[in-house]
Amino acid sequence: MQQLFNFFIRNKTFVLFLLLLSCALSFTIRSHEYHRSKFIHSSNQITGSIYGAFHGITQYINLKKENKLLLDENSQLKTLVFNRENLAKVDSLLESTYNLLPSLVYKNSFAVPNNYLTLNKGRNDHIKDEDGVITSKGIVGIIDKTSKNYSRVLSVLNTNSRINVKLKKTNHFGILSWDGKSPEITQLKDVQDLVKIAIGDTVVTSGYSSTFPANIPVGSIKSYRLNDTEDLYIIDIKLFNDMTNLEHVYIVKNTDINELKALNISDE
Amino acid sequence: MNNLVFINISRFVGLVLLQVIVCNNINFLGYINPNIYVLFILLYPVANNRLLFIFLSFLLGLSVDMFLDSGGTHAAASVTIAYIRPLFLKFSFGAVYEYHAVKFSKTDLTQRLIYFLILIFIHHFILFCLVVFDQNELLLIFKHTFYSSMFTLLLCLLLSSLFSNKET
Repeated sequence: MQQLFNFFIRNKTFVLFLLLLSCALSFTIRSHEYHRSKFIHSSNQITGSIYGAFHGITQYINLKKENKLLLDENSQLKTLVFNRENLAKVDSLLESTYNLLPSLVYKNSFAVPNNYLTLNKGRNDHIKDEDGVITSKGIVGIIDKTSKNYSRVLSVLNTNSRINVKLKKTNHFGILSWDGKSPEITQLKDVQDLVKIAIGDTVVTSGYSSTFPANIPVGSIKSYRLNDTEDLYIIDIKLFNDMTNLEHVYIVKNTDINELKALNISDE
Repeated sequence: MNNLVFINISRFVGLVLLQVIVCNNINFLGYINPNIYVLFILLYPVANNRLLFIFLSFLLGLSVDMFLDSGGTHAAASVTIAYIRPLFLKFSFGAVYEYHAVKFSKTDLTQRLIYFLILIFIHHFILFCLVVFDQNELLLIFKHTFYSSMFTLLLCLLLSSLFSNKET
């Protein structure tokens, strides 16, 4: 026993090093496996507020570009509204209603295999985990962690991200994931090889998960190939959104989500 | 004594802020970012309480990790170079290290360059190995390590000569 203590005391620096190294490694491995450590993420109060403070300074640089984007989006939406007044009210396929909350991106990343964004809305604004995040051009990701005033988004550019999308033309659906290579190209898997697809076809959200409403644009087909077992396609989708340059996003809140979840549980 | 503690604390805070606000948004050629916070570990006083030093570098890496959502990757790399630093101090500065008489502002450029280069390279290699946790992508790891180390080395040399040569 005494020998053991002496050993520890003689090698105290080595022991401390091993201890801290294993702590750090365990944090890393946990974040690879979807077990998130509660404090070490970029949306807690301290990190969120520092990002917020510096964002207040840097936002002035992008004002001109952001204003132009918002004006374009406004004109698109106004066109839709004016045209719709002439048609009868169209019932949506889904009975759930979605509310949109605008929010600013405080921090983004796109060069590492697992990318996250930090937004300036949190639990105080009624944001919950698994709310979707979109922009006027396409999807951004899904909220995975919230604190009181900030939240973290699992970007679509993340090897753990799985989003249910469908081909607009034929309604065949598959899972959108990312292989970590290019910030413009994501991969759509699980589409049968009997489906006729063409380069340039649009891919939209399927609406099968309660995270995103249906028919939100995602991207267009850039190329496709068969997988190893030669019965499914792996399709490269070029995203409509420029993920390197996000400033204003909308958080999609599904007001019927509790009802939908309860329904799913009772089915299984 | 108080002056030294104050200098080190302000270096710690200043480097972490500089790293997360400025350096991580550079994305040179799409993916290269300098990791300037290692300067804290490189320029920490030579005569030190080793336990405290390893703990401080763990905190340094962990603070950067908190801002970047990278798990514990920066913390692991920082702790490793803090642990092996004495070995490379001895290697690059020779006998002067034995007497705890190395003052970084008074060292030769070549010696300082070698010391920075080796520690920065090891730090970045461990960092990118942990970020890209895949042995099939070894080429990608080496590419990222090489370019990021060059960028970090350049910035570290610049910053260290800006702030340390007040005597001359």
